[in-house]
Order: sequence, then C-alpha cells, then structure tokens
Amino acid sequence: MDKFTVLTGVAAPLNIANIDTDKIIPARFLKTIKRTGLGKNLFANMRYAEDGAEKPEFVLNQPKYRHAEILVAGENFGCGSSREHAPWALLDFGIRCVIAPSFADIFHGNCFKNGILPVVLPADVCEQLLADAELGTNARLSVDLARQMVVRPDGQEIHFEVDAFRKHCLLNGLDDIGLTLAHVAAIDTYETNEPAWKPVIAGV
Amino acid sequence: MPAARTLFDKLWDAHVVERLPDGTCVLYIDRHLVHEVTSPQAFEGLRLAGRKVRRVDATIAVVDHNIPTEGRRSGINEPESLLQIATLEKNVADFGVPYIPVLDERQGIVHVMGPEQGISLPGMTIVCGDSHTSTHGAMGALAFGIGTSEVEHVLATQTLLQKPALNMLVRVDGVLPAGATAKDIILAVIGEIGTAGGNGHVIEYAGEAISALDMAGRMTVCNMSIEAGARAGLIAPDDVTFDYIKGRPYAPKADDFAKAVAYWRTLPTDAGAHYDKTVVLDAAKIIPQVSWGTNPEAVMPITGVVPNPAAAPDAAKRDQMQRMLDYMGLTPGQKLAGTKIDVVFIGSCTNSRIEDLRAAAAVAVGKHVAHGVRALVVPGSGLVKRQAEAEGLDVIFTNAGFEWREPGCSMCLGMNPDKLTPGQRCASTSNRNFEGRQGPGGRTHLLSPAMAAAAAVTGMLTDVRELV
Ligand code: SF4
Repeated sequence: MDKFTVLTGVAAPLNIANIDTDKIIPARFLKTIKRTGLGKNLFANMRYAEDGAEKPEFVLNQPKYRHAEILVAGENFGCGSSREHAPWALLDFGIRCVIAPSFADIFHGNCFKNGILPVVLPADVCEQLLADAELGTNARLSVDLARQMVVRPDGQEIHFEVDAFRKHCLLNGLDDIGLTLAHVAAIDTYETNEPAWKPVIAGV
Repeated sequence: MPAARTLFDKLWDAHVVERLPDGTCVLYIDRHLVHEVTSPQAFEGLRLAGRKVRRVDATIAVVDHNIPTEGRRSGINEPESLLQIATLEKNVADFGVPYIPVLDERQGIVHVMGPEQGISLPGMTIVCGDSHTSTHGAMGALAFGIGTSEVEHVLATQTLLQKPALNMLVRVDGVLPAGATAKDIILAVIGEIGTAGGNGHVIEYAGEAISALDMAGRMTVCNMSIEAGARAGLIAPDDVTFDYIKGRPYAPKADDFAKAVAYWRTLPTDAGAHYDKTVVLDAAKIIPQVSWGTNPEAVMPITGVVPNPAAAPDAAKRDQMQRMLDYMGLTPGQKLAGTKIDVVFIGSCTNSRIEDLRAAAAVAVGKHVAHGVRALVVPGSGLVKRQAEAEGLDVIFTNAGFEWREPGCSMCLGMNPDKLTPGQRCASTSNRNFEGRQGPGGRTHLLSPAMAAAAAVTGMLTDVRELV
C-alpha cells in the first residue's frame, strides 16, 4: 500500500448524500478478476449515458476534474454493501482522499485498508470545501495527514480527527499485511512451536 | 487453578501469536481453503507487492461456485466462469498452491471437500473466502469466512488481525423424534433466535440431540450458524469426530493420530465456563421445518399455516412480512403443506453429503417425481457421487425421475447455469432463501433432504412423516 503523507491536488465536488456502493461501482462490474481497472466504471451510472457516451455534466467528465485526487462529497458516503470494489474503483481512478460530513462504517474501514484517507468534517466546513472545489484546477486542496490539517487554497487550515492507529498505518504505508509482517518474528516462533503431529497439505 | 474456558476460548488462546495494545490479536490460521470467486484479487495483490504464499502446505484450492454441474467434460462455455477458473489455475500454478482440478474425483464444494479429505481437523483455525466456512466448526475447529483483503492477508502472513468474539451456547436437549433431522434442528434454532440472534458471538452447539448427530448432521448445523448471525459455529470433538477423521487422506497417521486425539480430547468446554448467552431447545418438540419467507428466520413446522402480517408487533415488521408474502406468492392462513412446487434442489454445502443423499433416496425409492416438477440431486463432491453410485442411489434417483448431476454449488446460488426462473417455487436443501438467491424472482423454501424428496414425489410441500 502506498504511503499517505501530504496530498495536494484537485478536489472534485460531488455534493450528493447517500452515495452507495452500487453508485460507486455498479454490481455488473463485480465479475472481474482484478481490483485494478475498475476506475473507468467508477460512478458508471452517473457518469455515462446508456449508449456509453460520457455525460458532460457529471463532475469527473469535466476537463478540470479529470485528474482529481480528492473528492468532496455529501453525508453517508459509501453506504450499501461491503464490497471492496468501491474503494478499489476510487483508487484506480486516482482518488486518494474523500472528504464528507459522514461515511458508512464498512466503507470507511475499507478505505484505510486500501490506502484511501476518508476525512470527516462538519457539514458547514464541507460546504466551504465544496465551494473551493468549484474553483477547479486553480484551487488545489492540500491534505496533511501528519498534522491532521486540510489546507484551503487561501492558506486557511482546518483540523480533522483520525484514529491514531489508522493514521500510523497510512503514514507508513502499512496495509494490514505490512503491519502484520512487522510481527513476522512472532509468527516464525509460533510455527516453530507447532506440534509435530500436525499434518501439512502436500502431494495433492 | 486456571479459569474454566469454553471450547472457543481454548481454540482462540491456542492461536494467538501476539496481542496488540488495543486488544486486536494476530491470530494464526492453520488451514486456508481457496476457491475461484473470492481469490483472484488476493493473488493479484500478492503479485503487485512481490509477496509469496507463506504456507502453501496449509492452503488448498478447488473450484465450486460457478462450474456447471453437467457436461463439464466437454468444456465450460460461460466465458466469465471460464475466466475465473483459468485465473485460479494460473494462480495456483504461479504460487505453488495445492489444487484439486475440475475433473478430479475429489473436486467438490469446498466445505464438503475439506472435512472429507481430512484437511479440516479439530483444534484448528480454518478460513475461506466464503461465509459458510462455519461448516468446518463441526470438527471442533474455529472456522469462519473472510473477505478478499483478508484472503490476501492469510496468503501472505498465515494470520489474521482479529478481536475475540463472545461465547454463545445453544443446547438442544433430548432426542429428535422420527422424521426430524439436523436441518430441522438448525432451522428451529434460527426460527427461535432470529437472523441476528448470534451477532458478535461464536455459537457452540451442545446437548444430547447434538451429540447424537453424525458428522454430516453436525456439519449441517454448523453450516447455518451464519444464517443465525454468528461469526462461527462449533461442536466439541468426540469419538464420533475421531472415528470420522481416522484414515482420511490428510489426517494424521498412526502415532501422530494418537497424539492428535490426546490433544483434541482437551478441547471441550470446561465445567463452569462462562457463556455470554445461552439458549436451550427441546429436541422432542422439533418437527420437520420449512421456511416460508425470504430470510432464514421466517421458518415454521410443516404443520403450520402462513402467518398473518396483521398480527405483527409493529408496522415495520408488518411491512416486512407483507413484502415477503408478496414475493413468495403466499396468502396468510394458507397451510404450508400442500403448497405446489416447481423445482426441487437437493445439494449445497448444507446437505449434499452421502448421509443426506441416503435420506432423500429412502423417501424417493419406488416413487416418481410428480408431473411437471423438475428435481435435481447434486452430490457435494466427486467422492460423494462415487459412493452414492456404489450404493445404487443414483439408480434410485434416476428411476424416480430426478436429475443426477456433477458436484458443485449448483442451484444454491444463481452463479452457474442451474437457476430458477422468475416465479418458480423451489423446495431446497440449501441455506439461503433471500430474494433472487437461486435466480431472479425465484422462490425458495428451505427444508431437509428427506422433506425435499417428499416434495419432489408429491409435487407440493409435504410432511415427510406421512410418507414413510
Ligand atoms: S453451496 Fe451455496 S452456500 Fe455453500 S459454498 Fe456453495 S454457494 Fe456458498
């Protein structure tokens, strides 16, 4: 998993409440065998017309937001199923941070597992950030995880809360696997102490 | 004196590699079962990170979910299924993971194959990217389903980051009456405690009626723990368990087996151990069960009548019940027995073992599937199929008009060619009756293999006790 330290980039405004995982990545794209490649179908139903043509009014289809790395969204972002395809699709598009007044629980957890920082800020603050995002490419937001600050284009800093353990993992690029591998000596020891009668699966 | 511990406590304690400050544990995993649907992204993740599979000798892969159950020798047509299978085959080859190929006789539903091969053993932690991994708890193992990130985590580290669950005891006292089976026990338990009854808990099943079950019955019970909301289900290992394991291909041999049994005997719950929740049922009162709604707690004895939403305690429940009845095409007050069915499915990781097929064949023998009814029997593995054929069960079924299929998940979920069409009503030995589970618009009634066979030969939901 890539480290998340300071992210400075274009923020796309998506001011809709209750964006569910089916909106983020519709079920018909789940039969994939990959977690990459989902970005082109991120928000597919909102992003494309039935004939597959881009809907020009959708935010990510507008030239200035095509390379957005931050999403400023409405409340209860990511509700619905527990599918990890939702954060995979965001990440594959290039979004590393979502700012919203609230997130659905499982999605919130899945973001951290996949290197995305979900930032919870009060609704009125999100309104200001949405206004900033409307400015497009000229108005980059900066998200500084170490200092727990969102820096607005005018330099104003907004503090946000984040779980200390999850912050540590993101800052150091430790996904759960990386984190567990820090305990590899203990795992080695555990395996050395296994009873000799315990069979292995071999010669299948 | 050390504190009295439950079976779950002992399994947990024996697998804690390290306890982190916030209470999360690095939990060692003894067995990792892999199938085609939830593993591709996990292997891809390993590749991208340049990681290996830590313990190929603790991992085994098999295909089950989306393979067709007929004509597979001439190849698989469905391109997406084919791609998932081909991907699994490439992944196991690249990473050196043991694999049971599609045409191997040992191929079958992962939760049938594991115990059958002696891969799932008492005292172990067993995981698979599939919620019905709880099945293996019948061996006296801590077995649970995991998501794709966790599949990758286990492949890379042979551990999981987990917090302990709460302990729940479901005790079924007394003796089951004739005609009632393990499936009826677990359906009755879910009817009693509800689909959220086990939330946050691991359920240990105990009591006279549980100890009296054979291993197939115990697996049926533990299989549906997930439908009761529990993380896992467990049954203490005993002589029935040890007899079942002895001589299986991957079980410990000779002296090792004796040593293993000596350890396994220390696993059952200590007297006086604490359970956070206890539920007691009287087996003598359990009569064959049938589900009538679209979640597994909407279940009742076959002698019952479809409930009336007007009697529900609140508006939300009333709406939910009404929605279920509308979907299922049932009327309040209607007797369940006598409801016409279109399809019968005998199979799935809940009920596709040889004992299940024998029970169904005992009802079907000498009779014929009712006119207009389509009935499928899908053995849980190639070895179950061979055993059934050696006993002549296939002849009983085919003479009676049942279709005799190749092993797989089949009509348990609409992911392979075996599907219900909209509006079709199915008597099914599987575990989930959610809307569309067996195919869009399909209506599922969960019941035991004997009850399914009874429905097949009468063409309607039937109290099997009237047939034998
Ligand atoms: S038989 Fe059904 S429940 Fe069991 S593993 Fe297959 S799809 Fe899942």
